[in-house]
Amino acid sequence: MTSEQTTTRIYAPVVDTPGTYIREPDSAHPPLDYPPYKSTVLRHPKQPLVYLPHTITEITGPALGDLRVLTADDANLCAQHEGDPIGERITVSGRVFDTEGKPLRDTLVEVWQANAAGRYRHRWDNWPAPLDPNFSGAGRCVTDDEGRYRFLTIKPGAYPWGNHYNAWRPAHIHFSLMGRAFAQRLVTQMYFPGDPFFPYDPIFNSVPDERARERMISRFSIHGTQPDWAAAYEFDIYLRGPGATLFEEAH
Amino acid sequence: MIFATTPSQTVGPYFAIGLPWPEGPHAVAEGTTGTITIHGTVYDGAGVVVPDHLIETWQADPEGRFADLHGHGGASEMEGFRGFARYGTEDGDGSFALVTVKPGRVADPAGALQAPHIDVTVMARGMLNRCVTRIYFGDEAQANAEDPVLALVPADRRQTLIAQPEEDGYRFDIRLQGPGETVFFAV
Repeated sequence: MTSEQTTTRIYAPVVDTPGTYIREPDSAHPPLDYPPYKSTVLRHPKQPLVYLPHTITEITGPALGDLRVLTADDANLCAQHEGDPIGERITVSGRVFDTEGKPLRDTLVEVWQANAAGRYRHRWDNWPAPLDPNFSGAGRCVTDDEGRYRFLTIKPGAYPWGNHYNAWRPAHIHFSLMGRAFAQRLVTQMYFPGDPFFPYDPIFNSVPDERARERMISRFSIHGTQPDWAAAYEFDIYLRGPGATLFEEAH
Repeated sequence: MIFATTPSQTVGPYFAIGLPWPEGPHAVAEGTTGTITIHGTVYDGAGVVVPDHLIETWQADPEGRFADLHGHGGASEMEGFRGFARYGTEDGDGSFALVTVKPGRVADPAGALQAPHIDVTVMARGMLNRCVTRIYFGDEAQANAEDPVLALVPADRRQTLIAQPEEDGYRFDIRLQGPGETVFFAV
């Protein structure tokens, strides 16, 4: 980091930077080739993936917090326009951990979502649900020393898409996590408990393991809910942690 | 490993409302000496351009040091060097352009010097997880011949990872599927 950047925020050196990250089982993530999600058909590699050992490039990662998070309101998706957005005000918070249970601090979390009616403020989304002039749908923050993040937003609505007849995405918030290393990068979607569309959504169901699917569903918290203000949903996120590689390097 | 990871999901078609930012495609500050532009186009299995891709890159500086979150692998002392670029402006022609500097060589865990390389994340609608690849440089033939990662790639596919020199930098196309499919890695 340049001296210009370190004057705004000092990152303490991490004593135990992992030298390698775990290699997850195939059931941990969706396959790239998943025909029920139609646009995977032409966008998945057909050749076998080549094993990439974890070198210094893979175990390091960028410091984006100072570039991407400029004000506290970057995490407040209800404060980005003059008026209040329509819909159920909610807090979405949680902690980012690695697979050892270690909290990941100082890491960038970026979110984006549709509005309460299920409409994205994007030129390609033009289904007949209203746009909300007071809602853009994007936010970002950096995790604190306990790995905690927190957003204030509106509960997004479900929305139709063209994958198959009467296809609807369950209500979701897109999450992007940098982690502290290239190898840790994750993009996922947070869902809401009890959504009736789960059985019918190919993207949600592309994750082969049932318990893994459950890890994408947030948890309603009555104690996090603030009276006369906002319901609370909690969503802890787990990124890859340290682990041995499959082959031993010669020394 | 005590806990299991949160699964990946597709970045979807609407990430442009949240992820790109104007300086995103620049891994270095404007006016940096030795700036190169890496141009490319992303194609799908029908040879059609992918207009809604998101490309991210990560690399060392010319001295082989990183602008790492916690100072690991360096720290880079290059003024304005971020080492990270993100391109996702959804141009209809499926192209991308990243502004950076050529990375220096860094060692692998066994101490062997890798050729100059850039790690790449590719995401899009229709991709349930990211695909990871690497950019190597066409004017680094000797270093490429010694690279321990390229040695793991089937010889007849290595050229898909080699960016070709162009007037203001290099060209690196990405083919997600089909003839000339880019090599992707299990990271």
